[in-house]
Amino acid sequence: MKKCKVGIIGSGNIGTDLMYKIERSEHLQMSVMVGIDPESDGLKRAADRGYTAIANGIDGLMEQLDLVDIVFDATSAYAHKKHSDLLTAAGKKVIDLTPAAIGPFTVPPVNLTEHFDKNNLNMVTCGGQATIPMVKAISRVVEVEYAEIVATVASLSAGPGTRANIDEFTRTTAKAIEVVGGAQKGKAIIILNPAEPPIIMRDTVHALVAEEGKEEEIIVSVDEMVNEVQQYVPGYRLRGIPQFDGRKVSIFLEVEGAGDYFPPYSGNLDIMTAAAAKVANELAKQLITASV
Amino acid sequence: MGRSFEILDVSLRDGSHAMQHSFTVEQVRATARGLDDAGVSYFEVSHGDGLGGSSLQYGLSKVDELKLIEAAAEECQNAKVSVLLIPGIGIKEDLQEAVKAGAKMVRVATHVTEADVAAQHIALGRELGLKTVGFLMMAHMAPVEKVVEQAKLFESYGAEIVYVTDSAGYMLPQDVTARIAALKQSIGCEIGFHAHNNLSMAMANTIAAVEAGATYIDGSLRALGAGSGNTQTEVMAAVLERLGYNTGIDLYKIMDVANEVVAPFMQRPQEITGSSLIMGYSGVYSSFLLHTQAAAQKFGVDERDILVELGRLKAVGGQEDLIYDVAQQLALAKV
Repeated sequence: MKKCKVGIIGSGNIGTDLMYKIERSEHLQMSVMVGIDPESDGLKRAADRGYTAIANGIDGLMEQLDLVDIVFDATSAYAHKKHSDLLTAAGKKVIDLTPAAIGPFTVPPVNLTEHFDKNNLNMVTCGGQATIPMVKAISRVVEVEYAEIVATVASLSAGPGTRANIDEFTRTTAKAIEVVGGAQKGKAIIILNPAEPPIIMRDTVHALVAEEGKEEEIIVSVDEMVNEVQQYVPGYRLRGIPQFDGRKVSIFLEVEGAGDYFPPYSGNLDIMTAAAAKVANELAKQLITASV
Repeated sequence: MGRSFEILDVSLRDGSHAMQHSFTVEQVRATARGLDDAGVSYFEVSHGDGLGGSSLQYGLSKVDELKLIEAAAEECQNAKVSVLLIPGIGIKEDLQEAVKAGAKMVRVATHVTEADVAAQHIALGRELGLKTVGFLMMAHMAPVEKVVEQAKLFESYGAEIVYVTDSAGYMLPQDVTARIAALKQSIGCEIGFHAHNNLSMAMANTIAAVEAGATYIDGSLRALGAGSGNTQTEVMAAVLERLGYNTGIDLYKIMDVANEVVAPFMQRPQEITGSSLIMGYSGVYSSFLLHTQAAAQKFGVDERDILVELGRLKAVGGQEDLIYDVAQQLALAKV
């Protein structure tokens, strides 16, 4: 069966982890890894596995465009605009894993196919992928006036891109809590914890709902949404049960990764790459069907 | 005699934790006026968790911190208003707004091992013409070499002062001396120290810091800060004067603002309770205190058990959600 060819720009933590998930995707064929450091571990791994490894960045990729149908950008918010402009002008679909947020936000269990007509889809942030399904699980039951998320990740799993982009992380996540999660107002907090052994990604969602008395429905809705996320991130789990305090709802989560490139504590990397791979796989399925 | 150091009062920021973020404009105005009149050069006004800290996670501010900053700045003849910014909670726009409201100093705070998230905020502080500080929180959790490495990062981003911050009130004087002395040898910028009094060590630690070369030291009036509070500003002024330093502070005036302005609005005395003692003993972030008490009550568990578990989990500043998670797990384990 025909598959869509995939390129990944950015051979760091996210890009390399994503490569393994592409390999397991039904409608995707891993094709090219693009980096800027020929010595990077991600480029070496890609070359070892028989893929084209390009070490001179976007310029190198633009010379071999026939190798890709869908391109993931796992570089930085600052570099993404240029990459996106060049690739979409050449007719490629771009899936953005930086917090640049040029294209519309996509969170698989909430709006998987909603923006497939666009050429650039943004995957929000790791904290957004982990928590926005929960905000939606509440907002589909009762109006959410305010939602705030706290993502705590192991220091080792936050690479230089995440660190340089920390403001973009909070801003983009807050926006997506509103646009995708359905809260009237959103806020995001990220905390890096250097404990050894590294902690598993933890996420907390606090929401203020418009009315009390929907506790049972919220619990059911949350459980259903957890099941949906577990379809692509099996290590996505509630810690305890949702807590209610007047109009305040608090949900505690942990995200254990599949352990592809990074160890399982890096649920933050895993949920981002798993979500992006899921979106691309679905997109590829539609593209293939349309071209037949 | 020239001034050896600056005393920076944090009552209106660290005290926000003890006040459950309920400062009013009137309280802030009166305190700011008193601090300015007593000769304090810098004092800090922000949500306890810094700009943007108003949240369900840490507690919603009763009054928008920008209004409080503006009110404080209006009361200053000589003193300058500082703000705290913790990257991951506050963003650059928050700092720009605070500067419009009158802030003249920013302290950009990270966990002691994570200074590199602060590069863009420190650069912005300098760009805006602020006195710009890097603030290494929970400094007891890293060995001296790591503290030096992270302080150098702050300095490389443009920080003019780097703080060693004993957020848990865990350090003993020799821990302070080792860290400040090592920084004095390895970095060119000034060094500050921020204490918490959970083990009754705040004043002793502050003396150790000054003797090792710290030139900025924090205090709070009546020790109004997280946990058992900070070095008590008015006591610090008296002690350091006795030690022969020129503090630049009028002792009677600083005592008056502490006792006549701050004491009447305090919600509880700043004692060393069983919980704050355990925080200092096991190295837990001081602002967890009131959240731990609330969680212990909600889930019917001993607050000391929560704190000991948080210490074991190596919780860092800002992880207030973990308190409720731990309390719930402890309650489930009891059943």
